[in-house]
Amino acid sequence: MDPKQIAEIEVDVLLESIRLRYDYDFRHYARASLKRRVQNMLVKENLQMPYQLIPRILYDQSIFDRFLSEMSVTVTEMFRDPSFFEALQETVFPALKTYPFFKIWHAGCATGEEVYSLAILLKEAGLLDRARIYATDYNNHSLKIAKQGIYRSENFEDNTKAYQRAGGKNQLSDYYTQQYDAIKFKDSLKDNITFAYHNLVKDGVFGEMHLVVCRNVLIYFDKDLQNHALTLFDNSLARRGFLCLGSKETIDYSVLKNSFESQSRSNKIFRKNN
Amino acid sequence: MKDLNPVSERFKGAEGLTKNIAAIVIGVSQGGMKALEFLLPALPNDFAQAIVIVQHRSADSGDFLSEHLNLTCNIRVKEAEEKEAIVAGTAYVAPADYHLLVETDGTLALNFDERINYTRPSIDVLFESAADCYGERLLGIVLTGNNSDGALGLKVIGDAGGITLVQEPTDAEVASMPEAAIATAQPNLVLDLAHLRQLLLSL
Repeated sequence: MDPKQIAEIEVDVLLESIRLRYDYDFRHYARASLKRRVQNMLVKENLQMPYQLIPRILYDQSIFDRFLSEMSVTVTEMFRDPSFFEALQETVFPALKTYPFFKIWHAGCATGEEVYSLAILLKEAGLLDRARIYATDYNNHSLKIAKQGIYRSENFEDNTKAYQRAGGKNQLSDYYTQQYDAIKFKDSLKDNITFAYHNLVKDGVFGEMHLVVCRNVLIYFDKDLQNHALTLFDNSLARRGFLCLGSKETIDYSVLKNSFESQSRSNKIFRKNN
Repeated sequence: MKDLNPVSERFKGAEGLTKNIAAIVIGVSQGGMKALEFLLPALPNDFAQAIVIVQHRSADSGDFLSEHLNLTCNIRVKEAEEKEAIVAGTAYVAPADYHLLVETDGTLALNFDERINYTRPSIDVLFESAADCYGERLLGIVLTGNNSDGALGLKVIGDAGGITLVQEPTDAEVASMPEAAIATAQPNLVLDLAHLRQLLLSL
């Protein structure tokens, strides 16, 4: 057998071990990115081959926790793609305004920067009091950071610029307090946000949503798992609900292509048909 | 342009090296637009290989680069989309602010992982994944640029049996990226753009 095929088997056996031991299923993650993460993990653990991880992960929960951190996408910024947030305000907010109360699911929120971005814009539109935002992730460590809402202040000049380009009406600094090299978002932003564990691979619908935001998560999934997650979003959304994906993600070739219409092609905002 | 005849001594080594190539990966940074504008328009529309390109650029630069090249090239040039099947005679350009990877089934993948070598997209990320997919049927090229991205990736391509080429540093608008690639990867050939173009046309 070709050594490359054997290396693939090694990764398969590692993923199967993790699934059986910890009930996390990474088999339908996009393979090339997954293998990079495994490779990063090997370097950090001072190992050479994926098979060497198997006994360690099976018998040592702390190594699995580190693997989980390695696997979960934690690169996120405030107001990433300002044009998306601009379009969100123009396209989605007017529809949300027609509801006395509405629900938003932010799936794969990682460390929470985008959730706070969304909450700030809702507040400026006078909509935050009517909103319940469910921000979910499968990485409990990321969720803990998101819940605290404390971030290093070094990026905040960029964040302030992005906030302004996204159509922010005030000063970003109105929403946080600064201490030394950290900023903390005010509790008034958090009152309407519920941070919770949810794994798109195995967990189901938990409420009827008016808006689902899931950006730069699906690119890490293979076609099957993408369709699985999109079906979950479809089943979660109320009639005429909105779905927002990352700038390089689309429903065009998916199971949802006929049940949603595009509201902003470049900003990947889709709306559910009846 | 430099005189192509007689063919340089180093270029002679290319004969027989480049048989059976399925795909070409190109990594380029500062000065890249000019270099790509020199290399790609020369290729015929029935070019038998697929080309995948990482050009470093700012996160908000959009897909101007591929649109511009598509207008001036015979081959199709487009921004790479995730899960897209790689087709011969087409050049795929990594979108701004995403890493571009090749899956072993010959489709393209994107990710938003941290910057590698301070950059996203990273040449190393593309080269390493492409080497995993194509092995000895891959040709990797590092062109002009101002950092060392692509050097490790080119070494991985060489280790997997692929062919490795680097632009002659004196011919490059910025020499440091070719120099780093030469030092790390010990490429099969170091050529100026004119000879690189000639080699591509001989595939």
